[in-house]
Amino acid sequence: MLKNIFNTQNRKVINSAKKVYAFYYDGFKGMVLGRKLWKIIFIKLFIMFAILKVFFFPDFLNTHFQTNEEKSNYVLEQITKNTSLISEEELNK
Amino acid sequence: MIDIDLNVVNWARAQFALTAMYHWIFVPLTLGLSFLCAFFESIYVRTGNKEWRNLTKFWMTLFGINFAIGVATGIILEFEFGTNWSNYSWVVGDIFGAPLAIEGIFAFFLEATFFAVMFFGWNRVSKNFHLFSTWMVAIGSNLSAVWILVANGWMQNPVGMVFNPETARFEMQSFFEVVFNPVAVSKFTHTSSSGFLLSSLFVITVSCWFLIKGRHIQMAKKSIAVASVFGLIASAYVGFTGDEAAYEVAQVQPMKLAAIEGLYEGETNAGIVAAGILRSDKEPGDGKDPYIVKIEIPFLLSLLANRSFGSFVPGIDDLVYGNEEQGIESTASKIVKGKKAVNDLADFKNARKDKNVTQAALSLQKFRENQEYMGYGYLNSPEESVPPVALSYYAFHIMVALGTLFPFLFAAFLYFIYKDTLTQQKWLLPIGLISALLGFIASQSGWIVAEVGRQPWAINGLLPVKMSATNLSASNVQITFFMFLGLFTILLIAEITIMLKQISIGPKEEN
Repeated sequence: MLKNIFNTQNRKVINSAKKVYAFYYDGFKGMVLGRKLWKIIFIKLFIMFAILKVFFFPDFLNTHFQTNEEKSNYVLEQITKNTSLISEEELNK
Repeated sequence: MIDIDLNVVNWARAQFALTAMYHWIFVPLTLGLSFLCAFFESIYVRTGNKEWRNLTKFWMTLFGINFAIGVATGIILEFEFGTNWSNYSWVVGDIFGAPLAIEGIFAFFLEATFFAVMFFGWNRVSKNFHLFSTWMVAIGSNLSAVWILVANGWMQNPVGMVFNPETARFEMQSFFEVVFNPVAVSKFTHTSSSGFLLSSLFVITVSCWFLIKGRHIQMAKKSIAVASVFGLIASAYVGFTGDEAAYEVAQVQPMKLAAIEGLYEGETNAGIVAAGILRSDKEPGDGKDPYIVKIEIPFLLSLLANRSFGSFVPGIDDLVYGNEEQGIESTASKIVKGKKAVNDLADFKNARKDKNVTQAALSLQKFRENQEYMGYGYLNSPEESVPPVALSYYAFHIMVALGTLFPFLFAAFLYFIYKDTLTQQKWLLPIGLISALLGFIASQSGWIVAEVGRQPWAINGLLPVKMSATNLSASNVQITFFMFLGLFTILLIAEITIMLKQISIGPKEEN
């Protein structure tokens, strides 16, 4: 009996998956304007991720440093260098 | 004193502004058109009238075009964070990580699931489930905007965090304080409702084109009726949330308020400038009248800023040079404290490197005394704390002027639709035809106010934009600036071309 229930459940899952697949398949197949839009989306994503991201937009910290500690030290260095104390009088000159 | 190449900062800033402004062409239409499609379809499901189904499909197509062209344009902003703004990315990583991750997961699952049903599901799923999907896309699109605006709100009013000098990061202390930051709440409500307004204008523009051409008259009138009601409600809400946003600005970014009003000398019973021309040679502290000419509404700025007619609204000079009578600290004093904080931070860093625990603890204690002024420590003069006044001022007044016009426009369309004489109003249809363009101008002006008005800060009072940038060569950023200019212009041309073609085809008459 358990085997039967399991088989029925399996069949239901497979049928649902088939329906979902058919839904998307027919949907994509029936597209007219959508085909053009998908082409634009893929070209855009290719330019963005395969060209711009790879060749022009490396993540600066990930490229130059391995660990979080190294990144912290670098940024801390950047935001604390070349600062000196100053008085209000000097600022208002 | 600070050896960051300002040329790099300015190119990176220009690139970010360019990307954000192009991105913001697509986003407001997605936010509002999704709801308009849901309204149209709700009427169809309720009435069973096929004309409503046809027009729902037509507007859904335009929504789909806009979504397809605009999708992922925001990701480029994240590329720029990692490359051009690495200091900034690092210091805010702990704050922004959670909201942006939620946005990614939420938007993906909600929108991707129901988007397919919305476009592929006509006649394949039940009417009610299709309608449910359309509503889910609308709600999902708008909710996904919450998180990025929470992040932006935090930059304007950094709350719910503490700076960790060991990791050089702002670390989240309270997720709820970040999410329910009053600036973030007013930013989301104002921004999303402005998207509703703009989309309503877009529907009116396209519908007016049909009416002028004498095509699809009934469909155009129906569309205008719904868009006018939605636009009118959105306009009222934009006004209400704009007032709330201005109040929050007055409380946490008084310099921005002073800049957008061109107010140099603070006033009690301050009036709001309805219209005016700024003097181009005006500088802080020079005593000159900032206006060549102006029309002012008395007392209103005090009411807007503090909810009290008799209250004092500080001007740029008060904030830069201080005003003892009003208890306003000068920027020079803040710079002195900020430089102490940065020096103590440097001492802490060096003590840790030398493994001097006592000195590190002492430096940290001293840093904590002035840490709220840390950002001022990077400024070279008090006047550096003033944002570009003319740009902020004119952008604000253009936004407000157009925002005041729109409710009258929606009301006029609604009135003539009700009287069934819209097609005879030859003066109104051309105004309707350009109304979306006016909406885009208002919408972009709003972002200029928000982002230019908060200069010089990336994180208000804590980190100036110039310290957020990566130490790159200017030529790198220049090259990618022009690449983006090209890419986005091509995308915009593609959007306009495909949309115009689809509009000229018009709705399919299915029975």
